[in-house]
Amino acid sequence: MTTTATDTPTPELTGGALKRQLARALRRQKMRALLLTAPLLAFIILGFLMPIGSMLMRSVENTVVEETMPRTVAALASWDINSTEIPSEEVFAALAADLQIAVENRTALIFARRMNYELAGFTTMVRRAQRAVRGWDLENDGPYREQFIELHRGWGELETWRAFKAYSSPVTAGYYLAAIDFTMVTGSIEPMPDNRSIHVMLFWRTAWMSGLICFMTLLLGYPIAFLLANVKERYANLLLILVLLPFWTSLLVRTSAWKILLQEQGVINQILVWVGIVADDNRLTMINNKFGVIVAMTHILLPFMILPLYSVMKTIPLTYVRAAKSLGANDWTAFWRVYFPQTVPGIGAGAILVFILAVGYYITPELVGGPSGMFISNRIAYQWNSAGNWGLVGALGSILLVAVLILYWVYDKIVGIDNVKLG
Amino acid sequence: MALPSYASPAQKIWHYSYLTICGAIFFFLIFPIIVIIPLSFNAQDFFTFTAEMMALDPAGFSLKHYVDFFTNPDWQHALRNSLTIAPMATLVSVSLGTLAAIGLSQSHVPFKRVIMAILISPMIVPLIISAAGMYFFFSTIGLQGTYWGVVLAHAILGIPFVIITVTATLVGFDRSLTRAAASMGAGPLRTFFKVQLPLILPGVISGALFAFITSFDEVVVVIFVGSAGQQTLPWQMFTGLREQISPTILAVATLMVALSIMLLATLEIMRRRNERLRGMTPV
Repeated sequence: MTTTATDTPTPELTGGALKRQLARALRRQKMRALLLTAPLLAFIILGFLMPIGSMLMRSVENTVVEETMPRTVAALASWDINSTEIPSEEVFAALAADLQIAVENRTALIFARRMNYELAGFTTMVRRAQRAVRGWDLENDGPYREQFIELHRGWGELETWRAFKAYSSPVTAGYYLAAIDFTMVTGSIEPMPDNRSIHVMLFWRTAWMSGLICFMTLLLGYPIAFLLANVKERYANLLLILVLLPFWTSLLVRTSAWKILLQEQGVINQILVWVGIVADDNRLTMINNKFGVIVAMTHILLPFMILPLYSVMKTIPLTYVRAAKSLGANDWTAFWRVYFPQTVPGIGAGAILVFILAVGYYITPELVGGPSGMFISNRIAYQWNSAGNWGLVGALGSILLVAVLILYWVYDKIVGIDNVKLG
Repeated sequence: MALPSYASPAQKIWHYSYLTICGAIFFFLIFPIIVIIPLSFNAQDFFTFTAEMMALDPAGFSLKHYVDFFTNPDWQHALRNSLTIAPMATLVSVSLGTLAAIGLSQSHVPFKRVIMAILISPMIVPLIISAAGMYFFFSTIGLQGTYWGVVLAHAILGIPFVIITVTATLVGFDRSLTRAAASMGAGPLRTFFKVQLPLILPGVISGALFAFITSFDEVVVVIFVGSAGQQTLPWQMFTGLREQISPTILAVATLMVALSIMLLATLEIMRRRNERLRGMTPV
């Protein structure tokens, strides 16, 4: 059959026609592959990527000031932010008009809360004003400047108006400035006062503690991975279960276990007192501080270091080490110059994975960290939950996300996403 | 790893101290998980071993924390929620994930790297960011605080695991089998269910187990996307740990450890079966 086909090719399969048919087949195959992935891709993009994107957009969005106070914002346009005089009567009249409408629409306090993120006390000023404004007859009750200042002296302060003007544009860099502990509340960009500067310190703490945790997992994971890779397979499978059991155990279970172990009345202190190392009235504080977070997270993330290391070490034959030794290297040189360099890909894979996971941790620092062990995620949750400052959530979140995505990209370059192995 | 007979004393010392270090690290890995099991049978409301427990006196032990778990309406509500949310989320992520994994394992896939990066991203993005993003989105489409909202959010988080495990299994899949089925007249659906699915089933099941445990353990996203009606077991544990820590948590934790041992055993059995089928009998 094949011979007849080559001897007398059917007209439509010669030259260009064959090429076209192949191209069509290939196109069909590509289409099929894309169609199969399409539902999931659409699901992830719609339900995950776009929501995150729109959440991050909140970090620059600042329409609330202009929407609730359009006349005041317009009137402020002619006022110089560096001027040493508070704005003229015209601005106060616009403020009265805007506030009256805002009170009617119940948007005055939304505006007040927005400004309060930047300048504490703004809510009180608006509250005082809105009670009075309701009864004013806009045409005849002026001038308003003195009346506002009488309601709350904040309306007569330069600080208020500078903040108002600085944060009145519909797109603002204000949240990003706040995320790196800067403010433009005075009209120019300045560092936050020390008692309100917390974000840079938290980013920095998240980074160095994640780095330390990463190093600890490497320190503890390396010997284990080496053992797993070089014992008889029967033992390796058994020992691997000891690694996989924590991996499969609920994060909350492991965190609560550490909480119970590390407490002042916990098992570790109990043992230390019983052995006599620590006096009963002088128990160690191992929880609600950095120590607790580092210990618990090292334990939780250790399998993520061991598994990639193990899969790399399994492929390294010990014959190289033996060859090095037979050529006169001592144990240390053979390990350090011959074996260790071959494990570097595994170290890279494990370290980036652990670091990526660690910088985003929320649960463990929340439960065993206390104020001094708090990570940036906890601050984001606080801003979302208690302060309701969603713009700042977006700004802090996007900084964290960019850091993680850079690491993700590096991970993809070094390991390749499709080479990730689980268990 | 055996020590050669010509090893010097220094090498012997190093060898045994290395093994001791490894033992200590294994102890560190396992001890925190094991220790909660006996503590959960404590007759007192303490988180330490009482004198009676150390003396192995039966009076020191009781099942009261378990009784509390099975009778307390809050915990039962949480358990019911967990057991209805996790399987549904698993179903969604496994069906969509398997389909996509088959698509991705075709020989010519345009933009494969980008697609893969997108599909794996829910595993990489910090949970707090995913949670906040999904909260805003789900509130605008009216899914915030509903059962389906939590199910969809958890399905998204489980998808990377399904993709990773199923594509890994498909690497070893012999494509000529589907062609053989097609040449004998089976349609694409019949080929998939009768030929391909049974062969890649181990990968699909382990992906499903990962997706299940992801949803079953998840707490950050459910707090943001869910409301009191969707309070799950981990959520209940989280609030319990943060506010007043009740010893019932120990009983719940022990039960969850038992669950993870069961999942791990299932995976191990499947791995062995897989190796046997491929002709690599475990030693």
